[in-house]
Amino acid sequence: MKNTDNSYGWLSISLHWTIAILLIGLFFLGYWMVDLSYYDIWYQKAPALHKSIGIIVFIFMLIRLFWRITQVQPRPLSTSNAFETTVSHLVHKTLYVLPFIILLSGYLISTADGRPISVFELFEIPSLGALFNNQEDIAGLIHKYVAYVMMAIVSLHALAALKHHFIDKDGTLKRMLGRS
Amino acid sequence: MKKVLLTALIAGSMIAPLSNAADYVIDTKGAHAFINFKIKHLGYSWLTGRFDKFTGGFSYDASNLAASTVNVKVDTSSFNSNHAERDKHIRGKGFLNVGEFSTATFESTSFKDLGNDKIELKGDLTLHGVTKEITIDAEKIGEGKDPWGGYRAGFSGTTKIGLKEFGMQERLGPASTHVELELHIEGIRQ
Repeated sequence: MKNTDNSYGWLSISLHWTIAILLIGLFFLGYWMVDLSYYDIWYQKAPALHKSIGIIVFIFMLIRLFWRITQVQPRPLSTSNAFETTVSHLVHKTLYVLPFIILLSGYLISTADGRPISVFELFEIPSLGALFNNQEDIAGLIHKYVAYVMMAIVSLHALAALKHHFIDKDGTLKRMLGRS
Repeated sequence: MKKVLLTALIAGSMIAPLSNAADYVIDTKGAHAFINFKIKHLGYSWLTGRFDKFTGGFSYDASNLAASTVNVKVDTSSFNSNHAERDKHIRGKGFLNVGEFSTATFESTSFKDLGNDKIELKGDLTLHGVTKEITIDAEKIGEGKDPWGGYRAGFSGTTKIGLKEFGMQERLGPASTHVELELHIEGIRQ
């Protein structure tokens, strides 16, 4: 379960891939749902799903952040040069920060009028009320543009992993798949 | 003598048409004025809301109604239908596009007394970058001294505008192509 100097434990690996799939899914779900026509059968269901999954990802991100802080991190493989190591660490940190910004701004859109967020109609996350003027509009802009930035960085991160696997032929990607 | 008479005549002719029209400022400060709207939802019910921020004034003279004028400026980003997600959507590009068209204005062009305090008010409404003449069926509610040393006059009116007429797409279904506006204003005489 725990990380070592050379490998990621199963919890780190599961959280990485689960959150990756959910965040990328949320991005495309959000991108698609904002242009749905009013009479589309998904017009109400898609945003409800988007919000529910968003809250779940937020909970996973909290667990992941706790795990990241309390666990040792495997060392970069010796095939990486100093520049790659610096950039990759920066990218990793950014990919911890940006999801939180996106998730919190999303929360602020839906709760700006005092309404709670229903998670799969099982439980509700209460609103903190309106915290600033035009909250839904400002939070909306942050939610949208930070999501675009995050997807650009996710693409860079994925391309870098593929570069390690196919060009450097090292164990970077395999390590995150638990096969090192 | 002739000169004095002439002067008096000129002075008199300048004063006469002024009558005693008074300028009023719409009391948005004390929130005794409302720009409400309603639109049908799916054709099954009415959805109502309002614009929270606007300023304006009118000039009104009970003895010369036709000379009355009204002008109002609305902050379109103050659209409020008591639902943050819907408000964000309506303020967005598909509808009001408040990023580009942050104000809507109304300038009256004619004020017709129909008797019994009923008024036909025409004017140019600029909304979403489109200017169109609209007709407001208005009514004078009352006027008189207020308890705090001022003088007030109030009116209300209704009109109906089409989303398409003002360059907005009709995306809310066939029953929801028009918005009804309900206006209630109270002015404080300056």
